[in-house]
Amino acid sequence: MDRLDQLEAQSIYIFREAFARLKKLALLWSLGKDSNVMIWLARKAFFGRVPFPALHVDTGKKFPEMYAFRDHYGKEWELDLRIEPCPPIDAVDPTLPPAARSAARKTEGLKMALAKYGFDGLIAGIRRDEEATRAKERVFSPRGLEGGWDVRDQPPEFWDHFNASPPPGAHLRIHPILHWTEADIWAYTQRENIPIIPLYLAKDGKRYRSLGDADITFPVESNASSIAEILVELAETKVPERSGRALDHETEDAFERLRVAGYL
Amino acid sequence: MNMIVANRPVAPAATSSRPLVRIVIVGHVDHGKSTLIGRLLHETGSLPDGKFETLKAVSERRGMPFEWSFLLDSLQTERDQGITIDTTQIGFRTPHRDVVLIDAPGHAEFLRNMITGAAQADAALLLIDAFEGVRDQTRRHGYLLHLLGVKQVAVIVNKMDRVGFDQERFQAISDEISAHLTGLGVTPTAIIPISAREGDGVGAASPRLEWHDGPTVIGAIDQFAPARALEQLPLRLPVQAIYKFDDRRIVAGRIESGHLTNGDEIVIMPAGKIAKIRSVESWPATSLRQRHHAGHAVGITLDRELFLERGDIIGHANSAPRATKRLRARIFWLHDEPLTAGAAILVRLGTKESRATVAAIDKAVDPGELSNAASAAIARNHVGEIDIALAQPVAADIHTDNPHTGRLVIEVNGRIAGGGLVIGIDVAQRAAPIDIVPVESALQPEERAARYHHRGAVLWFTGLPGAGKSTLARALERRLFQAGGSPVLLDGDTLRAGLNGDLGFSTKDRSENIRRLAEVAAHLARNGHIAIVAAVSPSTEDRAAARRIAGDLFREIYIATPAKVCESRDPKGHYAKARSGHLTGFTGIGNDYQAPHASELTIDTSHRAVAEATGDITRMLARTGVLLDTVADLAAS
Repeated sequence: MDRLDQLEAQSIYIFREAFARLKKLALLWSLGKDSNVMIWLARKAFFGRVPFPALHVDTGKKFPEMYAFRDHYGKEWELDLRIEPCPPIDAVDPTLPPAARSAARKTEGLKMALAKYGFDGLIAGIRRDEEATRAKERVFSPRGLEGGWDVRDQPPEFWDHFNASPPPGAHLRIHPILHWTEADIWAYTQRENIPIIPLYLAKDGKRYRSLGDADITFPVESNASSIAEILVELAETKVPERSGRALDHETEDAFERLRVAGYL
Repeated sequence: MNMIVANRPVAPAATSSRPLVRIVIVGHVDHGKSTLIGRLLHETGSLPDGKFETLKAVSERRGMPFEWSFLLDSLQTERDQGITIDTTQIGFRTPHRDVVLIDAPGHAEFLRNMITGAAQADAALLLIDAFEGVRDQTRRHGYLLHLLGVKQVAVIVNKMDRVGFDQERFQAISDEISAHLTGLGVTPTAIIPISAREGDGVGAASPRLEWHDGPTVIGAIDQFAPARALEQLPLRLPVQAIYKFDDRRIVAGRIESGHLTNGDEIVIMPAGKIAKIRSVESWPATSLRQRHHAGHAVGITLDRELFLERGDIIGHANSAPRATKRLRARIFWLHDEPLTAGAAILVRLGTKESRATVAAIDKAVDPGELSNAASAAIARNHVGEIDIALAQPVAADIHTDNPHTGRLVIEVNGRIAGGGLVIGIDVAQRAAPIDIVPVESALQPEERAARYHHRGAVLWFTGLPGAGKSTLARALERRLFQAGGSPVLLDGDTLRAGLNGDLGFSTKDRSENIRRLAEVAAHLARNGHIAIVAAVSPSTEDRAAARRIAGDLFREIYIATPAKVCESRDPKGHYAKARSGHLTGFTGIGNDYQAPHASELTIDTSHRAVAEATGDITRMLARTGVLLDTVADLAAS
């Protein structure tokens, strides 16, 4: 087995554990490269089907290309697509810096969706290599009643045994691609021929490495116009993946504050 | 914020064929772990551009001297506390290995995170401060690495600059830690003097350490072997689920070891049902691959409809895992509440979950002290050996036979509270009942002793067939009864007609026969009776097991009548049958009787009449405190 086979098998194992042990699952589909790989892995795990809803918590501020992608592949992949809106910006903690405050709308939208459907497990496509606080995550990560994350009191998780019993009213985040890197995602996308949003490929010397809301996400300098070229670029760059995500850089602890409150 | 991007992807990841090793780094909280990690990232060129400069600037802004450890202490919470708070994984590459470094915090309260990290590791770096030397926590980490089966351990003696790069100091530490690790069965792959802060011995050999002829840290990492080849082991496919999304009935799971292919004859444990693999299914198209190996997530269909469920383990017919309701495990405990005998727990082994009770706690050890606490409980961060009685039968392996199906976790209140390695599988205990709530007798031992004038005991008569065991046992029974005592005769052959009717004469069945006799006898003895067992019981080991069961109530009486005399008596005609070949597996004419060497009493009935021999026994019982005064006098008369 090569590295991608190993990663794939591990993710499939996690998907099947989640499906076996939780009652009401949903997959958070952000439309980005990571969550598309997740959907692909779910179809592998369940022999062509995604046997739970795909939830898109919509800020209403995504790029038009992202909406087009959602509408097309939601149908083609026969997803049980649930689109849930976010509350207006006024409903969000005003002490957060502007971009983080904007991103925090998604957290609120997520809470509303949780309350509406009563999911006990949300499958999310975060990766340990993306960002320092995510490196601390568990594969099965309990969230309090308010959706909050207590980094100091995480249950032990080892030997692929996961804590899957959230207390009543709380839910679990399940992270099937936590162990993947950005380069793994692209190499797998290339190998499996998984569709992507064209914004990831360079146009006029710039491309998006990470996609969020259109107003707080910026492209990076790049001439990589194919996945093969992206892989070459990643092998050489030392620029962080989320450098184009404004919310990560406002203050040293803004991202962690968002995550403690329930952001992905 | 993005302080660490040390996880620079190994590029291009997809085509990398370099061996990947997962290394946990452990050591006392102040021995320089974070500094070494920072230095390793720097020496292997794994830091993002400008990171070093940024951190320097941050340090100046905070009015602190630059520390390599700032690289890792990237969370605000960590800076506030001054310690690393969880397992962090960092990727980098050395000349010959792709490395995932698992940083396990050294602070004692966070030991469980260290265990979580170490549990996934192929190798470990154990860090020691040259100035402070081997500490309790160092020993504890060494012990836990041993416990978790991490066999490759490189010891790093850091801060050599603080001891003037003194070779003798290094040698003293080296000897001490070698002795400790060797005592645990772990031979260090290397012991390396370094100064992480100044860079000596990390990447390149240092002139200040020219007396050291071993590898550098990076050199030692390059020598770590990647994870062992699970595909070489027998097939183990724990069933995750059975899917019926369409007309196929797909059994899904991940192959933990071995391999499978279409047409294989399989056995589904613990039930032991047999089937054949009809197909191996996958999506988008059914795989053309003929063999599926350890690590693959697969779905198979079977050639017949039979009941199987999540938690079953599929193996090949001739090498299946064992089924049991009783396991012995060496565990580490992470929960606030100590684990006690009788505790109700949930056990997860592979994909199986079963309610269970802790039948016994055999050892409870503080890994820092390495002393066996007399305690009947295993406290948080301590380790121990326990017997687990399961509510349902499970399939399992001993962990040295199969690391994946030979380990388990224990849940309490829906939260993982401990983990451990399977060190024993009691196949005889398949039918052990669950929710055992022992009910104690309403009577006190003194009350019974006052009536019978003796204490409870197990008198175990062992010896060749025809030696006179039953004759003596019956005579003794009569004598004790006449003296007002309460003897009960348990004859091996008699019990084989009922209680032990399911057992044959294989070594395993004989052991089980003895075990049951001993259990029944010990129960009677604990209730004040004198259980008189007459059984050939040829195996030293089985008799030792019986003695363990009955404890200090046990009295072994060896009827040492010579084999020739026994054969000439032949009361049941067995010797004749065996000689003529009509009885196989008969103890007596071969050399398969293992004579005891430390019996409480030895009697040769070819020289002792029955009455004399019975007198010998009662005197022994009086001497060893079983018979109290009056009954002893009566019995002796």
